[in-house]
Amino acid sequence: HSLSCNVLFAEFDDAADLLAANPDAMTISIDEPVEIPKNQHSHLQEPGREEDDELLGTNDSDKTELLAGQKKSAPFWTFDYYQTFFDVDTYQVLDRIKGSVFPVPGKNFVRLYIRSNPDLYGPFWICATLVFTVAVSGNLSNFFIHLGKPTYHYVPEFRKVSIAATTIYAYAWLVPLALWGFLMWRNSKVMNIVSYSFLEIVCVYGYSLFIYIPTAILWIIPQEVVRWVLMIFSLCLSGSVLVMTFWPAVRDDNRRVALVTVGTIVLLHALLSVGCLAYFFDAPEVEVPAPIIPAQNGTVITKSQ
Amino acid sequence: FPGLTDVSISEDIPVEGEITVPVGSHSPDEDFSTLDEPVRDTIMRDLKAVGKKFVHVMYPKKSSALLRDWDLWGPLVLCVSLALMLQGGSADSRDDGGPQFAEVFVIIWFGAVVITLNSKLLGGTISFFQSLCVLGYCVLPLTVAMLVCRLVLLAGSGTISFIIRLVVVIAMFGWSTLASTAFLADSQPPNRKALVVYPIFLFYFVISWMILTFTPQ
Repeated sequence: HSLSCNVLFAEFDDAADLLAANPDAMTISIDEPVEIPKNQHSHLQEPGREEDDELLGTNDSDKTELLAGQKKSAPFWTFDYYQTFFDVDTYQVLDRIKGSVFPVPGKNFVRLYIRSNPDLYGPFWICATLVFTVAVSGNLSNFFIHLGKPTYHYVPEFRKVSIAATTIYAYAWLVPLALWGFLMWRNSKVMNIVSYSFLEIVCVYGYSLFIYIPTAILWIIPQEVVRWVLMIFSLCLSGSVLVMTFWPAVRDDNRRVALVTVGTIVLLHALLSVGCLAYFFDAPEVEVPAPIIPAQNGTVITKSQ
Repeated sequence: FPGLTDVSISEDIPVEGEITVPVGSHSPDEDFSTLDEPVRDTIMRDLKAVGKKFVHVMYPKKSSALLRDWDLWGPLVLCVSLALMLQGGSADSRDDGGPQFAEVFVIIWFGAVVITLNSKLLGGTISFFQSLCVLGYCVLPLTVAMLVCRLVLLAGSGTISFIIRLVVVIAMFGWSTLASTAFLADSQPPNRKALVVYPIFLFYFVISWMILTFTPQ
């Protein structure tokens, strides 16, 4: 409670006095407004989930309630409202990216990293990077595969950029919308302990797409086996982030509904990666042994590729 | 005041003068009306301002002239010339070709707007049009690269020409990014600089890619 008192004092006292009196409180008071929820979407507490509790800690809930009155709730047509979704520092974004690439088994991405400060910076720019990475890598890979053929003339294939952009942005924004709607609907029927706001779901999806950026770059390697291994590896990583996030939200529900939901999430994720691989990257040429065709006059002609 | 009680003004003395309170400082426009000067002067002034900004971009140092007197003529000229030079690529009419004129235009302007919004949302203190101005002017090195690439491609399109083009485009890409970062980085909050610089990097990378993959008929 002394923690919260110092935070309240910070609002009214002179900064210099506060610094002189208690330097620790000053650093905490700077951190607090950033990490405490500013958005209007409140989520339910989770009293019964031990693993979630040890991440969240009971401290957070205290701070949440105390500072709830101080958070800015700007109306949605003002610029300040959208500024609350970009309230992240560089190290926070890097931490979240790291959390999506190295999922810790049993820990929830949203609880651990987002912690009621969902941002739109990560999802938007990771999607933008992925769009251009997939398009450029696909173009490069096709160039290297068809290099040396006399009939090949290089084309930049710029149309594919707009197709990539539509697909990836639609996936990263419409699927979370559908999932959020579905979870809200189930929430009204079955009292779930864990529920996520729309922005938190967008955040998870956006950050989970980060692993596909290095994967797309490595897909330039023109070997089918390598590409499929890479795809399965990245699918496991990002899929596990999604599964570990959404399993606590549906496990209270009917068993079948929960399994179908999680299965659909993984399936859509897999469809995205398979689709990207198939559309943007031409299949590498396979050396087939020359088939032997018996000619009409009896001599054997080998037909070369 | 006893002596003034019987002072009166006779009616046949004309009273004249100004009732309005004189303004302390004349605004520059009053002394500087562009309506009266020859058209050549007006145009030359704007051209000189644009030219000065080009020089600032080519030799970026911390001067606030680029930021203070922003204009969008330079970016418009650069964008149009870059988009025009990217035309005439192979397979223009087919779907697989290079970017169309409208695509280049949209990418440059929409990209600049998105980056400006991004930096403002992250808490930057620069104004919207100042940021657009800086991002647009810093396309100048890449326009120069495009010109060089087209000239090199006139000579031939073999491996050597590709290597020359690659080196030139990479150098100009680095120059663009560094120039725009030099102008924009100061107005960002200190622990978010990387978050603001990265989209600028991506923006110039996409433009460089379009320049590098330009293949003539």
